[in-house]
Formats: sequence, structure tokens, C-alpha cells
Amino acid sequence: MLPDSKVPAGPMAEKWTNHKFHSKLVNPANKRKFKIIVVGTGLAGSSAAATLGELGYEVEAFTFHDSPRRAHSIAAQGGINAAKNYRNDGDSVHRLFYDTVKGGDYRSREANVHRLAEVSTNIIDQMAAQGVPFAREYGGLLANRSFGGAQVSRTFYARGQTGQQLLLGAYQQMMGQVKAGKVKLHTNTEMLDLVVKDGEACGIVCRNLVTGEITSHSAHAVVLATGGYGNVFYLSTNAMACNVTAAWRAHRKGAYFANPSFTQIHPTCIPASDEFQSKLTLMSESLRNDGRIWVPRQLNETRAAKDIPEAERNYYLEEKYPAFGNLVPRDVASRNAKTVVDAGYGVGPLKNGVYLDFADAIARDGRDAIEARYGNLFQMYERITGEDPYTQPMRIYPATHYTMGGLWVDYNLMTTIPGLYATGESNFSDHGANRLGASALMQGLADGYFVLPNTIGDYLAPKLNQPLVDTDDDVFKESERLIEETTSHFLGIGGSKSPDHFHRELGKIVWNRIGMERDEEGLKSAIEEIQALSKEFWSDLKVLGDAKSLNSSLEKAGRIADFFELAELMARDALDRRESCGGHFRTESQTPEGEALRDDDNYAHVSAWEWNDKDTPQTKHAEELTFDEVPLTQRSYK
Amino acid sequence: MSQTLNLTLKVWRQEGPDADGSFETYKAKNIPDDASFLEMLDVVNEDLIDNGRTPIEFPHDCREGICGTCGVMINGRAHGQEKGTATCQLHMRKFSDGDTIVIEPWRAAAFPVVKDLVVDRSPLDKIIEAGGYVTAPTGTAADANDTRIPKEAADSSMDAAACIGCGACVAACPNSAAQLFTSAKLWHLNSLPQGQPERYKRTEAMVETMEQFFGACTNHGECYEACPKEITLDFIGYMNRDYIKSKVKNRKLAGQQS
Repeated sequence: MLPDSKVPAGPMAEKWTNHKFHSKLVNPANKRKFKIIVVGTGLAGSSAAATLGELGYEVEAFTFHDSPRRAHSIAAQGGINAAKNYRNDGDSVHRLFYDTVKGGDYRSREANVHRLAEVSTNIIDQMAAQGVPFAREYGGLLANRSFGGAQVSRTFYARGQTGQQLLLGAYQQMMGQVKAGKVKLHTNTEMLDLVVKDGEACGIVCRNLVTGEITSHSAHAVVLATGGYGNVFYLSTNAMACNVTAAWRAHRKGAYFANPSFTQIHPTCIPASDEFQSKLTLMSESLRNDGRIWVPRQLNETRAAKDIPEAERNYYLEEKYPAFGNLVPRDVASRNAKTVVDAGYGVGPLKNGVYLDFADAIARDGRDAIEARYGNLFQMYERITGEDPYTQPMRIYPATHYTMGGLWVDYNLMTTIPGLYATGESNFSDHGANRLGASALMQGLADGYFVLPNTIGDYLAPKLNQPLVDTDDDVFKESERLIEETTSHFLGIGGSKSPDHFHRELGKIVWNRIGMERDEEGLKSAIEEIQALSKEFWSDLKVLGDAKSLNSSLEKAGRIADFFELAELMARDALDRRESCGGHFRTESQTPEGEALRDDDNYAHVSAWEWNDKDTPQTKHAEELTFDEVPLTQRSYK
Repeated sequence: MSQTLNLTLKVWRQEGPDADGSFETYKAKNIPDDASFLEMLDVVNEDLIDNGRTPIEFPHDCREGICGTCGVMINGRAHGQEKGTATCQLHMRKFSDGDTIVIEPWRAAAFPVVKDLVVDRSPLDKIIEAGGYVTAPTGTAADANDTRIPKEAADSSMDAAACIGCGACVAACPNSAAQLFTSAKLWHLNSLPQGQPERYKRTEAMVETMEQFFGACTNHGECYEACPKEITLDFIGYMNRDYIKSKVKNRKLAGQQS
């Protein structure tokens, strides 16, 4: 049974305010009696840890990195949305809410999205107060740009390093709380299990990645801010260490996993160049504001881009979608790139990309203006490919970038395990089946700064003076024992193939079968292929070294084991959802124009999957979605 | 099409902080020149694993030059020979077939080796903890546009804020000084209106924390040469100026309180 989503009654614009008023509070003097564990120190984790510490709670923050500032939020380039309407171009909280629900192809919860749009403005105020050096106009006011399919300029940015600057702001704020003694920081510490007693989350078990020590930590509530699972594809824009382990271990302890098949393929990444490739690099979507996307009209084109006359170029997005052109949402841009490349029009040595051309923009605005806007991105492109984007077009191709699915949470961001919360990319809540550009940073900070600190008290208040579960309790000891057992198992298999080998092979299955396009046959065979490879993984894995010091092969083995289980669930979820929506494209369900065709009668719901056991597939629970404010329409970007 | 390279690597291997380390020699065979430096190490590691030898531990994560995790000495230079480039963004097309490459961990007393090429850079976090923030608890902020900041000032602050905290400046410095790192954070915050109330308290605390861990600056400028974000030496000058002022200003503030 899926618990109540706790969406408050009343008019949409008043829900959040009313909900805060009706939530139970913990008296300021009593907050110090509660211990809260925050796992992950990206935007969602750092902001939550800092804010909970400021409120007076005892916080313990965990990161598997050597410093909290390494979290992958740091790599976000483009910007952060906020409904400030500083440009006087008709933006509002309602419009940001509307765009996000529509952009998510009507598979998100309206009330959550409205709250996100409401607090978006506070985030900008908060981050400016932290000293985040946002881009400014000459008069000293904040600059904005239009981003990723939005028809208003509501995106705030700090050059091409917005994620870095926001993360540093939140990290520094948290370090202030570390100094104040309100946040205790554990670095190089990876959460390997969630501990549940009497149905409530009571702590976590971790492994110190440097010493190998297994330790238990007890708390009144646990917050997961552990990011997304895009690395299940092996090649993605995620950092190498990004993984699903914390969320997955919580899933195995009873937290439902929602919409796992909702993954986002970002249209503008540098195409892969060979088998050795370890990751794909994103080129910010902001480039689509000035760059024009095209492929040659002629198959087997051999001429250099600049030698191909205008008439022989196919600006396929501009032709197909005159209103939005190159700025169509990510899923639409990605699928169209796949279509032209699959048809044989790809460019580059492996014919696996499309052109993103700045020649017109440079001719119009001058090289200096383009350099001021995108200089660091052009430099990054040049470093990686050895090609100069000022004189020849970039080559881009879609890559996995973000995962909309994640742990199911109610309006309070609590999972199906009481006392366990999930924030940021690790939950499923706000982006539906497709996330709009510049909305991930917004959601991470909204959850950590403004939502969670206001909802967690409702759970904690009745627990005043309740002691922590002792870390010598059987629930912790049993969990520690299982972790030790798995660790020795990995080291003892003595097979013939490295963890990376299995990850790469798994990634190929996921990309080919559960990638940009899915169909029944492919998904069914994906499940079989994943199971077969998983079996091989558990019997032929080779992990060298020991468990008592830094051993990245051992770390990877544990993460890949979880990716196998997740990949299978993604396939089951995609198979179950016989409709197309946002990033989930079932070839069986498309409009005559080849666009995603939703089936609102049967699938206007969240699929939340309940873990059974290792040999029994998860059970699906559906949370019906209702749309009172944003009428259900077929998305059209013509 | 890309070329392939055959290289000889001399890699520092060290079991743990207290163990003795030594150079091991490996062959890196058929490395495509489109590969990044870290992808070259991936290939070598896969080869080591195939031959039953423990792979080389090296620091890395985002592989797009922003997280600051990666960083090794390549032929004696922090992040290698290409200017303004983190190790992960260095590509093998910058090397030639037959090259010998010496790879070592960051060298600094403040950064003990954890294993092989991985070091402990936690003192950098200690410097931030000492004062590298603006005290602005969540929920207190006024509208972001209430405080205007001239574009030039915001840009200059951003130049400093671009630091990725990799520690190359320390590794490159003959004194293992962390002036470039510390001054970049100070200028990021001290140059903005939001950073003014705590400016001198912050400067004094961060500089003195830095001095507990790191060596003194003698203006060699090696830090700038190694910095993947090309943070300039100017910030060190600004830091020194503010530090001297802090000794007076903080005393005055204390006087006002009594």
C-alpha cells in the first residue's frame, strides 16, 4: 500500500503556506535534542545540513568524497531558474510552475512543483547573500538568460560554472556550521546500509574508504541527498563515482523506488570517440541559444562543414519546430538527433554526432561577444576534441545526464520508511518524465534550504526525549555483518574480469534497450541480458587488493551490484508503462509526427516499486496524479 | 583518425601513509591520442588487473576539470605541462610515441599520501572552515537585487571564486604554501558587499589557519603556473594587505565591544 502523499488541501497557491502552519514544530531549545544524519553534500545535502544546523539540530553530514565540495552538483554549467520576473517579460510563480508541469509531460505532482516555483525566488536571495558571484548587468543588477526551452529569461548564472558557485556557497555555509559545532562532517565515508528498527529509520552503516573500517551511526532521522543514478548507463555526464547505492540500499530496506525508467538524455554532449571512453562531457545547453544544429542533407558527406553550402544543410530542428527551433526541450532535441544519426547523416569520424554551429552567431555578434558568453565551454571543447569551435562547428550527441526517477517521497519529502527523507536528484518528486534546463540546481536547493527544514519537524516533534537506538543494537550489528560478508565475497570470487568490464557491458545493454527509445521486445530481452550478465558478475568478478585500505575496485564492485538490480527495475518499469511521456519514449506509442504520445487514461500516475526479495520482482503501486491547474494537453513545440 | 601511442610510465606506488613508496615501471600500449590522461591510466589499470596486479589508485571524479579531485605530478609538474589544464583535461595528443612519463602524487608535508597517487587534502577544508563563508543563515536574505554589485566587481570576484580546490598550487610551490588557494577564497568574499562585515575577521582566521599547515610564500609564482584555473598572484597581494589591516581593525572591533 502506498502511503498518503500528504498533499495539503486548499487552493494551489496557498497549500505550502497552510501546510507549514499546520505542521508540528520543535521548540528552538529542543532542537538540539535531535540528531539528523544527512548523506551526501551536494547542493541538496550541504544546504540541508547547513540549515538544519542553523536551526539548532545536531547534524552529521556524510560524503564519500575527500571534501564535501567535490559533489557532482559542482559540474552543473548553465544556470538556475527562479520566478523573479526581473526581465519584466511576463514570468511569475504560476508560469514557472506551469512550464515545469508541462515540461515534465504531466507526470509530476502539481503541489510539489508549485512549491518549488514558490521558493525559487528565495533561493536566489539566499545565494546572493552567501556571496555567490552571479553574472551582473553593468548597473549592478543580476543578469538573466533564457535557457533550455523557456520563453522567458528566468535563468540566473555564474559564467558557465553556476553549479560550482552554488555548491561552494552551500558548502561554505555548511563549513560555517562545522566550525560552530552544529554539523559533524565525515569525509571519505560511504553509506552502505540504512538501518530500520520498528519500521522507522534509525541510522546508517558506512565504510571508511581510506581505512576500510565499518561504522554504525544512529539518528532520529536520516536524509538522503545522494544524487541520481545516470551512471547505470556507464557512459554518462555524471562523475565517475556517482552511484545509486545509498538510495538502493534504502529501497531494499523498504523505501519505494518511483519511476526508475524516467531518465534524461541531454542533447548537447561531446560524442564518444572510442571504447576507452570513460565518461561523456556535457556542453551546456545554453549553447543552443546561439548555436544552430544541423546535419548534411547528403548521405556519406565527406566535405568539411564549412564547405557544405547552406542549401545542402538540414537544420532539422528549425525546420520541424519553427516556434522553438533549436530550443525545443531536451527529450525532443535528443530524439531528433538520434533519428538523423540513425538515418546515416551523422558527422565526425564515427558518424555519431550532429553539428552545433556558431558561424552565424559569430558573424552577427562578433567573436568577442561569443567568447564572453561561452569562452570556457569552447576551451573545454577544444581540449577534449582538439578542434577549434570558433572556426569549425562543434559535434554533439545526446548522453545520459539526469534521472527524474528516484525514491518515492510524500509532500514532506519523506519516503515510505518513516524517518527517512530523500532530497534533490535522489527523489522523484518534481520533474515528472522530463526535467527542464536549469531546474536541477533549483530543486536541490529548494529541498535542502526551504522544504526539508520546514517539514522534518512534523516527524520529529512527537519524538521528543526519545533516545537514539544504540549502535550496539542487533539491527546495526546484523547490517555490519552483511556488509563484511559481501565485502569478503567480492574479494574472494577470484574471477577473471574487472568491475569496469561489467559496468561497461551493463551500460551497453541499458543504453541500447532502455535508452532514448524503448520497445516491448527490447525491454524483455534487456531483462534477460541483465540477469545473465549479473550472474556472470557474481561468479567471474575479479577484485584485487584488500578491504583495509583505499580500494576503488572494491568500491566499484558494490556500486555495480546495485546498478544491476536497478537496471532490471528500469526495464520492468519501462515495460509496464505502455505509453510515451517526456524522456520515456515507447516506439509503440507515438503521434503521427513521431512525438511522444501519452496515455493519460491509464498512466497518469507515479509508478512506485516495492522491494520484495532478491528473487522476486518488485511490486508496483500507483499514485494517481490529478491536474487541477495545468490542463492536460499534448505537448507541441511547433 | 587518431594515432596510438606506446609509452613508459614510472608511477609512484605506496601502500599507505606510513609505508615506504617506490617507483614502478609500466608499459602503456596502444593508447589512442584522443584519450585523456586519466583514461590512459584506466587502460593501464585494466591491464594490471588482467595480470593479477593491484591497480594504481589515483584521484579523479568529474573528469571535466571542475570538481578538483584529480591531480598528479606529471614529469615533475602539477597537472602536467599544459597551462590552465587539470589532469583530467590533459589529453594524450599532447604526448609523443615513445615518451617516458613520471607520475607522482602531490608533494607537500600538509598532504600525506593516502595510497599511491592519492593524498589527503583536508587542511584546505580547515582553511574554509576557519572563515571562508558569509554568515547568512537561511531565510534571512533580502531581495537579491537590493544589493547592486558593479559588473567589474562581480567579475573579479568570480575570477577568484573559480578556484577548484585541487591543491596544485601547494604541490607546485617549493615551500608547499597555500597562499593562492587561501587568497582566492578571500578575494571572492572580501571583494563583494556581502563579505564586508566579516572581512577582517575572516582574513585573520583563514591566514592563521593556513599557516598552521602550510609553508610561507616567497613569491616564486609556481602556483600560478600550475593552477588549472589560472588564478592570478594579485589575490595574494590583496590578502597580505587585508591581513595587515586585520591586525588593527579586529583590535578596534574588540575595543568597541568592551
